[in-house]
Amino acid sequence: MSDTPPPIKQRPETAAASAPASGWAIELEQINKRFGAVQANKDIDLKVGRGTIHGIVGENGAGKSTLMSILYGFYTADSGTIRVNGTRQAITDSRHALALGIGMVHQHFMLVDNFSVLENVVLGAEDSGFIRTSLDRARSELDRLEREYELEVDPDALIEEISVGQQQRVEILKALYRGAEILILDEPTGVLTPKEADDLFRVLRTLREQGKTVIMITHKLREIMAITDAVSVMRQGEMVATLKTAETNAGEIAELMVGRHVLLDVSKGPATPGEKRLEVKDLVVKDDMGITRVKSISFSVRAGEIVGIAGVSGNGQSELLEAVTGMRDQHGGQVILNGQALSLKGDDGAARARMAGLAHVPEDRQRMGLVTDFSEWENAILGYSTRPEYGAGPILDIAAAKAKAAEQIERFDVRPADINLKTALFSGGNQQKIVLAREMDRDPEVLVVGQPTRGVDIGAIEFIHNQIIKMRDAGKAILLVSVELDEIRSLADRILVMFDGQIVGEADPATATEGQLGLMMAGVVEERSTT
Amino acid sequence: MSALKPLPRWADVALLPLLNLSLAILVSGLVVLMIGQNPFMAIWAVITGAFGSGYNIGYTLYYATNFVFTGLAVALAAHGGLFNIGGNGQAYVAGLGVILVALALQDTHWLIVAPAALVAAAVFGGAWAFIPGYLQAKRGSHVVITTIMFNFIASALMIYMLNRVLKPAGVSGPESAMIAESGRMPKLGSFFAPFNYTPVNISIFIAMLALVGAYILIWHTKFGYALRVMGQNPTAARYAGISNSRMIIITMTLSGALAGLVAFNEVLGVQNRLVLDFVADAGFVGIAVALMGRNHPFGIGLAALLFGALYQGGNELQYVISGLDRTVVVIIQALVILFTGAMEGLFRPGLQRSFMLFSPEQKAEAVAVSTVKTEN
Amino acid sequence: MDAAAIISILDATLRLSTPLLLACLAGLYSERAGVFDIGLEGKMLAAAFGAGAVAAVTGSAWLGLLAGIGVSVATALLQGAAAISLKGNQLIAGVAINMLAAGLCTFLGQQWFHQGGRTPALGPNGRFSTIDLPFAHELSGIPILGPIYAELISGHYILVYVAFIMVPVTAYVLYRTRFGLRLRAVGENPKAVDTAGISVNKLRYQAVIITGLLCGLAGAYFSIAQGSGFGNNMTAGKGFIALAALIFAKWKPLPAMFTCLLFGFLDAAQIRLQGARVFDIEVPVQAIQALPYVLTVVLLAGFIGKAVGPKAGGVPYTKER
Repeated sequence: MSDTPPPIKQRPETAAASAPASGWAIELEQINKRFGAVQANKDIDLKVGRGTIHGIVGENGAGKSTLMSILYGFYTADSGTIRVNGTRQAITDSRHALALGIGMVHQHFMLVDNFSVLENVVLGAEDSGFIRTSLDRARSELDRLEREYELEVDPDALIEEISVGQQQRVEILKALYRGAEILILDEPTGVLTPKEADDLFRVLRTLREQGKTVIMITHKLREIMAITDAVSVMRQGEMVATLKTAETNAGEIAELMVGRHVLLDVSKGPATPGEKRLEVKDLVVKDDMGITRVKSISFSVRAGEIVGIAGVSGNGQSELLEAVTGMRDQHGGQVILNGQALSLKGDDGAARARMAGLAHVPEDRQRMGLVTDFSEWENAILGYSTRPEYGAGPILDIAAAKAKAAEQIERFDVRPADINLKTALFSGGNQQKIVLAREMDRDPEVLVVGQPTRGVDIGAIEFIHNQIIKMRDAGKAILLVSVELDEIRSLADRILVMFDGQIVGEADPATATEGQLGLMMAGVVEERSTT
Repeated sequence: MSALKPLPRWADVALLPLLNLSLAILVSGLVVLMIGQNPFMAIWAVITGAFGSGYNIGYTLYYATNFVFTGLAVALAAHGGLFNIGGNGQAYVAGLGVILVALALQDTHWLIVAPAALVAAAVFGGAWAFIPGYLQAKRGSHVVITTIMFNFIASALMIYMLNRVLKPAGVSGPESAMIAESGRMPKLGSFFAPFNYTPVNISIFIAMLALVGAYILIWHTKFGYALRVMGQNPTAARYAGISNSRMIIITMTLSGALAGLVAFNEVLGVQNRLVLDFVADAGFVGIAVALMGRNHPFGIGLAALLFGALYQGGNELQYVISGLDRTVVVIIQALVILFTGAMEGLFRPGLQRSFMLFSPEQKAEAVAVSTVKTEN
Repeated sequence: MDAAAIISILDATLRLSTPLLLACLAGLYSERAGVFDIGLEGKMLAAAFGAGAVAAVTGSAWLGLLAGIGVSVATALLQGAAAISLKGNQLIAGVAINMLAAGLCTFLGQQWFHQGGRTPALGPNGRFSTIDLPFAHELSGIPILGPIYAELISGHYILVYVAFIMVPVTAYVLYRTRFGLRLRAVGENPKAVDTAGISVNKLRYQAVIITGLLCGLAGAYFSIAQGSGFGNNMTAGKGFIALAALIFAKWKPLPAMFTCLLFGFLDAAQIRLQGARVFDIEVPVQAIQALPYVLTVVLLAGFIGKAVGPKAGGVPYTKER
């Protein structure tokens, strides 16, 4: 089921084998961790020099987070040794890790929303049974830390009232307050605006100057190149290389990450755009908290073209996607399909969108696109169960549903080809194929695809990309949202860049450089064009 | 997480409930032992009390009828991810519908009264569940809390109705007038002599139909499909264009209608009038029945029969063993709910492990289980 | 209505709201820690029986109280084992506890005392007597304040005072202590607590034990203070009114007290209001009885404010390993 990438023949020399002047903060040797049949970490060796910023890169599922969770005591390794500052340690839980001076900033913040910043900092590190003194001490300590590291944040603000960037500062402050000397950050910029990311990097550099060690997990090469001293590359649970950042380049790291040339070679001919199929006019969308995430966006997608929406995740792409497909109420503007305005409000908006000929491959297939506890055939009718092809009246024609499912499985080469198997038991790539097969099967006029290859095995990526191109060539309009810039560049015929809820620019994938796109994604507008 | 393979279906639907039931009976047996009685004698007394003669079986079936209705009510809601704890209140209010219709039509013929009363029971029970359903769907109030509150509100309402509205002149207790002879539904005893003098009546056929109907509804209709999608994954339901709010309202109403049929059995079939607290906690027994029956109509049928037998056998217990009575059954029932509903973690992991040991082909499937596991 | 009547209604209000308040605060601890508890009724009933039975046998109210608390805490731990360690459905665990308590109390009561499930009537030492506060008699002559002190504030069972003292105590524990900080955190975001190196389950067990303790006081109040011995189903749904009050008070201690006083007042007033007329329409007693439930439903529906419980409530915490 899993698609093995072509093995890399020679393993690059592990750099920085000799201890740096300041010594090793962390030494991991032969770490193994298995979840059931999946070897998440295999014989991992890693050394992190004290007072350095060390990047760990790898694709989704490469085992980075698992490795760091082992270091932080959230998981226990099956075998292997951990040395912290040269002393061997068996880190049993996060309390122990904290005591050793290891702090972690999780990808999803571990904050209590209705607590103040101060209360969050103090939680778990109280001085005594009564919190008054702890809060007072924390207040002056925070004051000091804020001045030292330029980490301004209002200690009395509630977490739910401050920005994501500030919440991350609270996480860092929490770690520092507990005396962390080694700070692990898991995908710290995923939710940040470029400005906030810059601020974070400034803080990290200051930390390094103060002698702290920083380990940063990311899959963004630009960040690795910008801030780290050394970088370790993981792939499929293995550590493939550790390099000095100054002695490598983004291309080499990318190649190591994927195990082959990263530039996705999608063979596609030029687009022949036809009529406007999908039009979005002045769309305004708010998130669950009532914050406006899509700020009056307008664009259109023509038949026979793929329009890619690029951007740092969290800039309103998800909300845009959900509003267009009827998953989320819009608060203004119009979604027009084939010249007809769609009424998408209400919690059955998705049904009307589908009836109008819009298919949707959601960003998060497990949470949204599938009922993982259902069998494959039951998922093959999700969203289409009321169609007459599955029975004219209220009775569900199970035989017809199963036949259709078998047909889809065959056409999309889903493995194992078992329509009665629970969907949870298929691999990520095959689950995605199940969703794609279902959504493409009705010959929709418009296909909206979010993160088509997130968490998908390499082999399936190519298949999925080719299917999307085939749809385009069949004259369908395709709206593609992906945080993987490479994917957007290789698939899209036009690229729209989203930043802070707005489309800040349009680019031609054939001519735009990564640098130009990056600037746009960072909100630096060079050219603004309307569609 | 270590990948424990899901249990084979038969173990999941049969072995696990039986283990839990055995444990419940074992613990109850210890309680009986503690007070110095012989638990095996007690079990035998319950069995003979429930199935010893046509008379006993008649009573067992009468109880089982109620439990089928409330068990289905709980199960249907559970398939939609809703916990309807308000079966008692829904059945109670449904009694109002039944008695109003029955008293209005009592001089016609029971063949006219019965269908009308059936509809009234469903409508009144459904309406009483519609409100919590509506409030959950449109206002986000937790259906569990609301249905609990509605049980008490129903109780107050019915006491008022019985005392002030339905009580005929010259009757002292809080109860309605008797339904005239012509409007009473016949008991099975009139067609089948062994059931003479027992309350089991035509409602039992309605219960059987409800079981079949629920099976078809849940697994063979588009509605049932949508219901199960919502119950498993409300986000996927919205993705599929299934209106969660509409489904919640419909499901709760249907669930309440099923619970309401208890009133059809009790008021029209047995009591022939409306009395205080005629529901006698059948709604709560329904929770045990649904849990025990794994929310499947077939299982619910069996579990309803089991609890019917326990209730009837428990009644007979006091005549056989001094000091024991139906409260023992309430204890068993509570333990069944505890073990099957809230302590599933007690047996499942161990059972899964032992199954892993015994079957070689598990390994391949265990591999399949874990390949989905990705990072984060 | 004259002053004496008003004082007598308010006096009854205090007495009737006491078990509600104790149970409500009990629920507050576990629900704030993320464990939904619809089993307050069952724990109270079990405690009432335990207290009544032991007080009857030993003739000591204090031993009865201790037994009531013991039974209630044990029941709470059983519920906790299901809801916390075994990660079962918290709501179903509550239902099971209520049913188990109802069955066991009646059954054991009948077996042990042969009085149809009742425990024997208690002698003077077997139940708590009311406490006259200092100078109650001397001050009663002072107009207005005198009678209020002597008749309304003085002369209650010790558990009444305990209940009302528990309000500031709970507020203090919740907002001023380390335990309270962690308790509130674990109900909102258990993972944050876990990553801070604190055991989620241990905290939740502690909360559940306090719940058991307070339910024990509430239950004992029924059988060995207000009543003289245990009677079948003597808690009569008060555990659910307490649950309603908890929601109505939005899981906060001080509002919990006011809500319980309101619900207690409704209970006290309904006897007086029998036959009362509003706009020439007779108000049925049942309408007043149902009022706490109706008010809670209305509040839950968001028509008057919004009651949002602890975010992590009802979800067992699973630590990935």
